[in-house]
Amino acid sequence: MSINEIQDQVIEDFSWYEDWTDKYEYIIDLGKTLEPLDEQFKKDENLIIGCQSKVWLHAYMDANVLKFNADSDAIITKGIIGLLIKVFSGHAPQEIADADLYFLDQIGLQEHLSPNRANGLVSMVKQIRTYGVAYSNLKS
Amino acid sequence: MHSTILTKQFDVQAIREDFPILKIKVHNKPLVYFDNAASTQKPQSVIDKITEVYTSQYANIHRGVHHLSQLGTGLYEETRKTVQNFIHAQSEKEIIYTKGTTDGINLLAYAWSAAYLKSGDEILITALEHHSNIIPWQLACQRHGAILKVVPVQDDGSILIEDVKKNLTEKTKLFAFTHVSNALGTINPIADFVEAAKSVGAHTLIDCAQSIQHIPVDVQAFGCDFLAFSGHKLYGPTGIGILYGKEKLLEEIPPFQGGGDMIKDVKFEKTSYNELPFKFEAGTPHITGAIALKQAIDYVQNIGIELIHAHEDEVLRYATTQILQIDGVRIIGQAPHKTSVLSFLIDGTHPYDIGVLLDQQGIAVRTGHHCAQPIMDQYCIPGTCRASFAVYNTLEEVDIFIAGLKKATKMLL
Repeated sequence: MSINEIQDQVIEDFSWYEDWTDKYEYIIDLGKTLEPLDEQFKKDENLIIGCQSKVWLHAYMDANVLKFNADSDAIITKGIIGLLIKVFSGHAPQEIADADLYFLDQIGLQEHLSPNRANGLVSMVKQIRTYGVAYSNLKS
Repeated sequence: MHSTILTKQFDVQAIREDFPILKIKVHNKPLVYFDNAASTQKPQSVIDKITEVYTSQYANIHRGVHHLSQLGTGLYEETRKTVQNFIHAQSEKEIIYTKGTTDGINLLAYAWSAAYLKSGDEILITALEHHSNIIPWQLACQRHGAILKVVPVQDDGSILIEDVKKNLTEKTKLFAFTHVSNALGTINPIADFVEAAKSVGAHTLIDCAQSIQHIPVDVQAFGCDFLAFSGHKLYGPTGIGILYGKEKLLEEIPPFQGGGDMIKDVKFEKTSYNELPFKFEAGTPHITGAIALKQAIDYVQNIGIELIHAHEDEVLRYATTQILQIDGVRIIGQAPHKTSVLSFLIDGTHPYDIGVLLDQQGIAVRTGHHCAQPIMDQYCIPGTCRASFAVYNTLEEVDIFIAGLKKATKMLL
């Protein structure tokens, strides 16, 4: 599936949640079940410091696609990381670099990507794109 | 039912009617605003005055002979008198308009240091300080080769006078400390701090950003040399604040910024400066903010700061009792003397997650390190959730907050 097809599917999944409690319970659950980032990757080079919560992002090439693992000390941040990984991980670097991120707006979670939240997610998305650009340049 | 001891003199429901924003809904829930230590909401009288100034009273001040300029200048200077009376300063010359507390401290850290700080001197602060009362002094010490020393804080969030005395030496030129901790709510025994500083000949600066709205502030009783606060935490406009300084000291300090309004005579060879307080007020100031600050101070004085303090104390005590019923709660900062701030953590949860889930329920609290990282480091925590109270908060809102917190905790654990 393309990045946009996955985004559309996440939007579709979220359309079933009628109130905020269901939506956040799902995000919290995603956070709790996200595959933990191996301790060896929780190093300073991978750390994105937000004012409020920390995010660690590890990127690696697997065959021709770029994959991501990530973690956070806050569970809601981690849940949203889970969504971002679902959308971005496992695609060609060029597709990641060019991707238009719209699903968070559509499911009413755009506030988590506001700089005011200082949760590290804005920088994480920037970093994901930077990896996309860097690995697509390497390839060419 | 909740205690009604104060209701005869203090009608919180009537007060709430004065604050239009308290009627809004957030995420379809009635707003519970518990982020007052960050900034307070504004009463209608302040909002109306801002509109009135821009609608019918606005022009630049201190310059024009025309009607509007004179009107504006009169109103601007009237606020200065109001502030002088509010904090019991001896003269209007001792009241300097700033952008806020941070601006006032930076002014001093630059200008006072230029007059008084030499290589090898010491500046003393406390471990409770907001970054605004740390970094300006770090920078001043770097510029002048001075040493920054820090009074430690006890585990309960209080500071022992013995620790203050231990750190004051003959080299201490300034003791800069907060009246109330923004992160923990601790009220410092400031008269004792000032007396100790005086005994070694050090000047004193009190950061009143977190006390001016809660506790009577009297520069004569405190005996301090300098004091700073912000209008926006006192129900007034943002972007206006006050630096108080003893006239004699302000005379000895060189100007901070150069520009219009702060001069007497300008020649390319030499400029002579305007008299106090204008020497420290370069450029066109926040005219409307200064004028409307009077409405904010009048508002507080009409209710009475002692009654406000008593009410907020009741809200804090009630919230403290109620929150302790939640499993795994840990209150950060339990000094014997506190005001209006309840900083806490809940075992197994991150403050960010609690803040997000409270927000979904219309409840505004602050999460994070509250610009006071050193004190967070002392507790070995990245931050806390902070509920902070103001004149318009009620015990019923505390109940909503506690219920919201229980729901958030249940979802997270």
